[in-house]
Formats: sequence, C-alpha cells, structure tokens
Amino acid sequence: MSAAVELTGVGMHFNMSRERVEHLKEYVIKLLRRELLYEDFAALQDITLQIEKGDVFGIVGLNGSGKSTLLKVISGILRPTSGQVRVEGTIAPLIELGAGFDMDLTARENIFLNGAVLGFSRAAMRERLEEIVAFSEMQEFLDVPMKNFSSGMVARVGFSIATLTQPDILIVDEILSVGDFRFQEKCEQRIRRMMDGGTTVLLVSHALDQIERLCRHVLWLEKGRMRMLGEVKEVCRAYQGG
Amino acid sequence: MKKGRSSWGFKLPVLLLSAALGGRLGNRVAAGSGALWALLFALLALPLCEMGQMRAVYWAAFRKYRHLLEELVARDIKLKFRRSVLGMLWSVLNPLLMMLVITAVFQNLFRFDIENFPVYYLTGSLLFNFVTEATSGAMHAVVSSGPLIRKVYIPKYIFPLEKCLFAFVNMLFSAAATAVMIAVLRVPLGPQALLFWLPFVYALLFSIGLGMILATLQVFFRDTAHLYGVFVTAWLYLTPVIYPVEILPGWMLPVVRCNPLYYFVDFFRQVVLYRSLPGLETSLICPLFALAALALGVLVFKKKQDRFILFI
Repeated sequence: MSAAVELTGVGMHFNMSRERVEHLKEYVIKLLRRELLYEDFAALQDITLQIEKGDVFGIVGLNGSGKSTLLKVISGILRPTSGQVRVEGTIAPLIELGAGFDMDLTARENIFLNGAVLGFSRAAMRERLEEIVAFSEMQEFLDVPMKNFSSGMVARVGFSIATLTQPDILIVDEILSVGDFRFQEKCEQRIRRMMDGGTTVLLVSHALDQIERLCRHVLWLEKGRMRMLGEVKEVCRAYQGG
Repeated sequence: MKKGRSSWGFKLPVLLLSAALGGRLGNRVAAGSGALWALLFALLALPLCEMGQMRAVYWAAFRKYRHLLEELVARDIKLKFRRSVLGMLWSVLNPLLMMLVITAVFQNLFRFDIENFPVYYLTGSLLFNFVTEATSGAMHAVVSSGPLIRKVYIPKYIFPLEKCLFAFVNMLFSAAATAVMIAVLRVPLGPQALLFWLPFVYALLFSIGLGMILATLQVFFRDTAHLYGVFVTAWLYLTPVIYPVEILPGWMLPVVRCNPLYYFVDFFRQVVLYRSLPGLETSLICPLFALAALALGVLVFKKKQDRFILFI
C-alpha cells in the first residue's frame, strides 16, 4: 500500500523575537539594538513518518508539544522550514470548526460561504443544504445571524459542512470534545463511516480512551520531537506511564 | 544553471533590455517620460522571467476557489448594506449627493470654467474612489482574514483580489449615477463612449496589483495603513478630479505624469465627455501602468506569502 501522508525530516522553526515586531519604529529600534537576531524556537524537529492509506493515525502529547503545528504542516497551512511533506488526495481539515464563518451572517449564508472555502459551488451546496441542516439539527435557526449561536451550535454546523463529502484524508483536531454527548456520538459514527470507506484519518486528542478506541497507529510527540511511534496500545501505555 | 530563468544571470539582461526599449519608446511618444516608461517596462519583464514557475497547478487552484471569490463578494455586499433601507441604491445615491455638494461649493466659490462640471467631477471621482476603495480594502484583507488563514489552506491572494472585485461591483453601481447625470444634463455622446469600460478594466488591474503590494506591506508593518491614508489625500490633490488640469503650475506636470490615475481619468473623460479618442500617450500608458502594477504586485505577494502566517 502506498502512503497517504509522507513526512521526511520535517522541521518547523519560528523566530520568536521577530514575530513581535509590528511597527516600523520598533523594527528600527530593534535593528539598532541588534535584537532582531534570531531567538529560534523549534516547534517541530526532524519528523519522519509515513501514514498508510486507510490508516487511523493518532497523535498524542502534552500541551505545546507540536501536535497542532504538525497538523497544520500536513494540511498545507504552514510551510515547513525544512524537510518535505507529500500528501496524496484531498484533505478535509477539521482543525477548528467554523473557522470560515462570518459571525455577522446567518447560518444559511455561512453554509454557502464555508462550502466555498472547501471548494463547492453554490449549486452543489444547494443540493446538500438539506442534509447539512438535518445533520446539524439547526432547522429553526437557519436564518439567525451566527453571532447569536452557542459554541456548540457553531461546531455542529461546522462539522456537518466539513464532513459533507468523503475526503481522502480527514484531519481532526480535538473537535470531538465540543457539543453534547449525543452529537459527539453522531460525529464519531460519521467518522467511523468514513474510515470504513477508506478515508485516512489523523486524530489529535487528549482523551486517550478515544484514541485507543479509534486509532491503529499513534505518534507521541514531546517538545516537537518524535518520542515514540507505533501500535496504539504500546504507545498509549508508554505515554500514560511517563 | 539549475534555477534557469529566475537566476540573475538571465534576469538582469532581460530587465535592462526591456528598460532600454521602454525608455526609447517613451521618449518617442511623449518627450521627457523616458525614465517612467523604462521603469514600467522593466516591471513588466520581471514576471516574464519567473513565468517558468507559474504552472498549470495555479490555474487549477484558481478554478477550485472561484466559488469562494463569488461568495466573499456576495458576503461583503450583504454586510455593507444590511439593515439600511435603501441598500445597494446607496452606491448610486452617494456619488450623486456628493456631486451636489462639490458642485455647489466649487461653482460658487472657485468658479472653475469647466463645461458640464457635475459630469466632470463624477467621471473623475468614480475612478479615483474606486482605486482608493479597492486598494484600502485589499490592504487590510490579509490581516483581517487571519483567523481563516491560520486554520484552513486557502490561496491567500483570494483575499485582496476579492476586495478589489467588491469595490469594482460597487463602482459599477456608482457608474449608473454618472450615466444618469449624462442623460439629465444632455451631454452629447459619440460612438467613442462605447470604450467607457476600458479605463474600468485598467483601474481594476492596477488596483489588484497595488492592493497586493499594500496587503503584503501591511502584514509586516501595520504602519502601512496610517501612511497610506495620508498618501491617498495627497493623491486626491494630484489627480484632476475637481479642478481642471490647466491650473497646475508647470513644475507640477512631471509629478502628475507619474500618476496613473491621471491617465485613467483622462481616458474616461475623453470618451464619455469630450467625444474623442484618448491621445497616443494615454492609450499606451494606461495598460502599461495597469499591467506593470499587476506584475509587481503578484511577484511581491508570491515571494512573501509563505511568511504571512507568522505575522497575522
């Protein structure tokens, strides 16, 4: 089987001092004081891994260990400072649900907007509108501006749109923790159905039971480095142990 | 040579050659404008050197995201006029009301001798307002779309491009106001008026280019917006929107000659107000300005876009 995602020696470095300079004056002052010279921060270092097609791949690690950065590198939002990323197929990133929403617009308008973010035309979305509304159970609130929605309601709509079609790769960052338990179950079911259909899933979660339930392989990240990579049971046991 | 056409060994001679060509042509068309033409030609040649990298992939991506472009323009229009009673009609009404004020002030206070002053003002302000609205919108576009850019992969040029298209739609409505005044004042029109859309297109291409440069600058230095505000005011006085170009002192002419808006406005007025075709200089330099700005904008944006995410 060929790999859906292949990373070779990927590193992501940020220049921390440089990032805080937002004004010309500051820039000139810092330039004179020579403070612009690097304060390097390595969010990811030397990540090499292959994710097979159809695999369900979990990523665990403490806060700030680079999990989200890794997902962003894979989904093309961040370009790595070193190394190579090769991705085969379409990606549906569920990195933060409702990222493309404009809160001043109504739910209906946002569904079309968010669909366009994922590359769907207006006509294609019109066909799917009903399905989205049914899945997210937002019938009554369709024409209400989304700023009046609760975060759980926003997440519902976001999830329904993002999982509309079967992508080749689904990236799930921590989102299964939003919404009530009934909706979480619904989401998990939908993800399971995609897995059965051959979608490769990348999952980040702090809920280890969820990882153990869904994943086959797990990567343990620590301070941006690969601490352990292997079968779900081994890695989870090691992770919990230390 | 591994890098091929983007290496300086190839680039430099091409740039110099095109600059020399532009300079000669410029001096032929209008004496004294050689330096400006040389610069514009060099800018135009710049992306040609990089063309090798512009593969079909980019077109495929653009096709995928054209729906997003439509949706974003539709969103901006909706939000701009949400909860206003007259809605989109304001795009027509606003220039008409402004025209009343400006006409009242300038015909009584300064007494410029301009035939059909209301139309003279409207034709100028239509293009000027479009360019400033489009470029200012584009300038903020990348920064204000930060939340989205950080979470989903979208080609970033979509955002400044969308703001320019939004301003363009707005301008088309405002153009209706100009048409109304032309009809009301019975300004005679010739067949040349059919070319009215050409300066619109030039102004759009120019705005996209300038907008991309401003958007890039704004990401790295938030001071850009403050500076640009001052610049726009200066620009307004350098463009004969309200006053006739003849009142400018002689030493100002070289400055005005570097102002693309001067030519866009001139083109537009020639065809809709004076029933004539624009002169050779205006006809040539309008597309030159538009394409040079576009070329530079695309290049600057493309070079810097991977670093945007670290600053928004």
